[in-house]
Order: sequence, then structure tokens, then C-alpha cells
Amino acid sequence: MAVISYREALNRAMDEEMARDPMVVLMGEEVAQYDGAYKVSRGLLGKYGPERVLDTPITELGFTGLGVGAAIAGVRPVVEWMTHNFALLALDQVVNEAAKLRHMSGGGLSVPIVFRGPNGPAEYLSSQHSQGLASYWAHVPGLKVVAPANPADAYGLLKSAIRDDDPVVVLESEMMYGDKGEVPDGEYLVQIGKASVVRSGSGISLVAFGRPVKYALEAAALLEKRGIDAEVVDLRSLRPLDEETVMASVRKTGRAVVVDESWPAASVGAYVAHRIATVCFDALDAPVGFVSSEDVPMPYNHALELAVQPSADKIVAAVLRALYLEE
Amino acid sequence: MKKTDAKLYWELRNDMVRIRRFEEKAGQMYGLRKIGGFCHLYNGQEAVAVGFIGAMDHERDKVLTGYRDHGHALAAGMSPDAIMAELFGKVTGSSRGKGGSMHLFDPGKGFLGGNGIVGAQIPVAVGVAFAQKYRKTGGATAVFFGDGAIHQGAFHEALNLAKIWDLPAVLVCENNQWGMGTNWKRVSAVEDFSLMASAYGVRGERVDGMDVLAVRDAAVRALKDARAGRPVLIEARTYRYKGHSMSDPQKYRTRDEVDEYRKQDPIYLLEEKIKAAGAWDEARAAAQDAAADAMAAGAVAFAESSPEPAPHTIYEDVYAGRPFFMGEPAYAGRN
Repeated sequence: MAVISYREALNRAMDEEMARDPMVVLMGEEVAQYDGAYKVSRGLLGKYGPERVLDTPITELGFTGLGVGAAIAGVRPVVEWMTHNFALLALDQVVNEAAKLRHMSGGGLSVPIVFRGPNGPAEYLSSQHSQGLASYWAHVPGLKVVAPANPADAYGLLKSAIRDDDPVVVLESEMMYGDKGEVPDGEYLVQIGKASVVRSGSGISLVAFGRPVKYALEAAALLEKRGIDAEVVDLRSLRPLDEETVMASVRKTGRAVVVDESWPAASVGAYVAHRIATVCFDALDAPVGFVSSEDVPMPYNHALELAVQPSADKIVAAVLRALYLEE
Repeated sequence: MKKTDAKLYWELRNDMVRIRRFEEKAGQMYGLRKIGGFCHLYNGQEAVAVGFIGAMDHERDKVLTGYRDHGHALAAGMSPDAIMAELFGKVTGSSRGKGGSMHLFDPGKGFLGGNGIVGAQIPVAVGVAFAQKYRKTGGATAVFFGDGAIHQGAFHEALNLAKIWDLPAVLVCENNQWGMGTNWKRVSAVEDFSLMASAYGVRGERVDGMDVLAVRDAAVRALKDARAGRPVLIEARTYRYKGHSMSDPQKYRTRDEVDEYRKQDPIYLLEEKIKAAGAWDEARAAAQDAAADAMAAGAVAFAESSPEPAPHTIYEDVYAGRPFFMGEPAYAGRN
């Protein structure tokens, strides 16, 4: 079992899949000669050549649409968006093409494509470069959406995404590319649509995805010191959503706090909280708690940007409210 | 005129008449409320689809277009029954009643849609051309779009990509002169779209889109270039007789303007050429017309007698494999 970074895990997944299947190609801004804006594609150009690792012009709509076309014609593209912020320029090609072509053709076409890149709050970047856009993709039937929260899942989910016959959006986190963790040496896949109980507990369920899973684990450690035994569920997949695992956890603990680094309205976290409140109504001992980013664009000032985002302390406060222990 | 030419001319006439009669029938069925929603008819533009797609190699070439897609679908060899049934929303339609008029598909015939977002099909088509080059199929892709779509960023981004990666793509702008109710000259910086090719270092060509033989010649040239890795932009100047869609009252243009273009009708122009060549045969023309009418009527009969899709099919064709809720693991990866 090697300890590697989230970045290296993604790189290893693409490397192995490109070696396995000659139809897998990688395209995006700076992915080839520059080794990737965040170095996720480091070394792939040298290994697979310019026909399979392609630098694109800065035309998100154009190269995303090109990837979709290649996918319906036998290629399995991995399209790297430098960040999800810039992917908004490609929204039409994802929502109206990638997600709709199978449907509009009555099942005649498959769109095996991966869209990946960093999403979520970063640091010192203000409002255009630092925002959680998960719900833009998670809202859309026809897409699958995953959000790995550690190197092992980054590796296993990206490999599954590349092998999937439907379009998969991968939400990476700029702030986690350097995070290290154990990744098994042998090849393995993480099934899309399966959540993971990353910390077992009996007092309350903390449900999160992506970087906030780290905050939930930090919060659980703080709560443990106060004698509160929190379970942490990492959704891993936002679409399809593994309600079975989430609801089993909440039925066991009787309480839940959902954490999402996006804005609160129309967010994945709000939807998950709604589902828990509906499905587990009889099992709940308190209203479902929800910790999101503040409902404002991200400021540049560091203290302010931290104040906007979820944190372990905010999660602890929400847990105490759910336990009627509010101080 | 050579005998082979006469044979081709009659085939081209037949293909155009089939589209014209199909569209007239579709218009009637819309009037009878058998067809709903948006329905964009191709009357007047037949020479473009027939001239271009008829010159393609259907074993390896691909065609994509916008929402005015009935003509391209028929020219690509799609079943008129499956098209009409799709317009009727029936389960026997080409997309099982999920696509409708704007979204006709037949991957087996190399016809990859039928796209409802103006210009969005252009990058997708260039991606299909990317796959053809990457997989070394020897095929080329033609993508059709209108004078409205050419101003979309999608067109410009896609043409640039096609050029820098030497993709086998032909971009065919069907300038029917009206982007919905806006005359093309009011919204274009240039009055010759083929000029736009020069900005991307590709060959641009303007062709009379009412002349099926001229379109066919341009297609042969363009496909040869495309197969050699040189994408091409073609502007086919044409005209649509009907409104933008069935709901268009057409207050933006005069009856005289439409009548003026009807004098250059693509079917009429081709018939004049056949006559000038001494190859005209009244009985043959009547037989083609009758066969086209029978085709359209047969398509309506097929659509009428076809069943509606079952309600549970709403959950199908969203993802590969069975729908999530039906119990099978959502993961549908290979291996």
C-alpha cells in the first residue's frame, strides 16, 4: 500500500486507463506540454504522445463539444477543465448534448466521456475562481457526478468514470491535490453510486462529499472529546445518490447534519437533507442540520473567505443543536 | 448528356421530390394536430441536403444537422416511417417518441442528429470527425447549420479546432436568409459567409444552394479535401418557403419575395436541366411523384397505426443499462 497524493492518484488512474484502452484520450488546456495547470496530467504526453494527450485552445465550449462528438463516435475522451468555474462556458455542451444524446436518440447513442477538474472554494482567489458548482451538474439527469474526498477514491472513481458508458463529471478539489493517503498497489475500481461510511459512530450522522468530508472527520474528532460518537458518511457519488447507505446510517443514529461547500439554495446538500427528512422522518430525533457556505460570493480576504465556508467548528455547532446541547 | 448523368439527375430529382412531399404531408399532419411542438420544414432547401449528402460515402461518413432535420434524415437514408412515427410521438419512431421533429437520429445510417440548440451541433460534429481521424476510419463528417448559427461562438471555436487538428470535417452553412424572423444581412458583418473561412486558414466556398448539381460538385470537392485533413466551409445560398416553424406568421417578408424564390425552385431548376439535355420523361416524373406521395401517405399510415410509448419508458434511455430505480447497480462500466 503506497502513500500517494490525490494528484498522483488521479494521474495513476488516467495512466492505467490509457494503457489499458487505446480509445482513451485526454484533452484540455495545458494538459500536454505544460503537464497540466495543476500537474494532474504530468508525464502523460511523454508516455502516450500528442495524438492522445491534446492541448486545446482556450475554448471550453468548443473542446467540450468536440469531446462529446468523439464520444458518440467510438473514442472515450477525458476532458480536463482547468477549473469548473471555466466549465460554465461549456454548460450547454454538457447539459444539452452529453446528458441528452442518449435520450434524444431513443437509446441509439452512448456518450462515454469524463469531464474533470477542480471544483469548490480555493484560497485568495475571490469570487470567479473559488466556488462550489456541484449542483450545476448534479441537477441534470443523464449525467453521473462523483466527488472523491481522498486519494484512494480519486483513483478508483476516476477509473470507473473512464470505463462508464455515460458522461461522468468528476469534482476534484484544488485544495486537496496535495493531500496524501494510502492507495492500494493493485488495480481496483470504486463503484459509482456507492457512498462510504468513513467513520463509524452511533450518536449522529455527518453526511458530506468532497473536501468537507475532511471537516466532518475533524468535527467527529472534536465531538469524540465531548463524548459524542459521530458517524461520517462520504457520499462519493452525487448522481446516482446512494440513499440506501445514507438512510441506513441515519436510521441507526437518529440524527443527521449535512455538509456542502456550495451555496445553500438548490444545492446537493439541501436535497440530501430533504431526502433524509422525508425518508427517515420516523427515525429522526431532531431536525436535519445543514452546514453550507454562506449565501454570498467568495471574498478575497482570507479571514472572510474562511468565514464563508463550512468548517469543523460550524459542524460541531450544528451537531450540538441537533443534540439539543447548544451552548 | 451521358446516360450516367441522366440516371443521376433522375435520382436527385426523386430524392428532392421525396423530401418535398414528405414535408408537405408533415405540414398537413401538423395542421391536424397529429404533430405538436416545433416543426421546422425544409421546403425550398432540398438541393442542399440531397446534393451534399448524396455525394457522401454512407459506409463511413457521418451527418449532423440542426432542428430543420427532416430533409437531411431522408437524404441520409432514414426510414420515412420511423421519421413520421417520431413526429407523431409514437414508440415506433426513430427515438421511441422521445426526440420529436428536432431530434431525428439513425446511427446505423451515419445520421447523428437532429440538434435543437442553434449551432451546438458544430463542435459535436467536429468531435465526430476527430474520432474518424483518431480511429483511422477514412470517413468524413458534414455538419449543416443555418445563417443564424454561424454567429455562435460554437461555430468559430469548432472551425478553429477542426483546422488546428486537421480534421475531416465539412461545415455547411445553409443560408436560407432568415434566422427565424431576422434577415441575415441585418446581423452579419459580412455578406459572404465563405469569407469567414479565411480567418481560420481553411478553404471557403460559396455555392448556389438552389442548384443541386452545383451543391453536389462542391460536396465532392469538399469531401476530398476533408479526407486529406483539410476542413472546408461551404455557404449554400438557399431559401425556405415555409415559416421558421409551423407557428411563424411570417410578417417579416412579402409574398412576392417567396414567389420570386419559387421561380428558382431546386426541383424546377433540375427539371429544366433534364429537359435541356433531352432526357425528360413525363411519365417517369409522374411515377416519381406518385411514389413520393405513396411514401408520405404510407409513413402517416404507419405512424397512425403505431402504439403510444408506455409510461414506464420515461425512465429508459437516460443511462446505459437499466434505470437506477429498477434495482440493477447504477454502475455500468465495462469489465
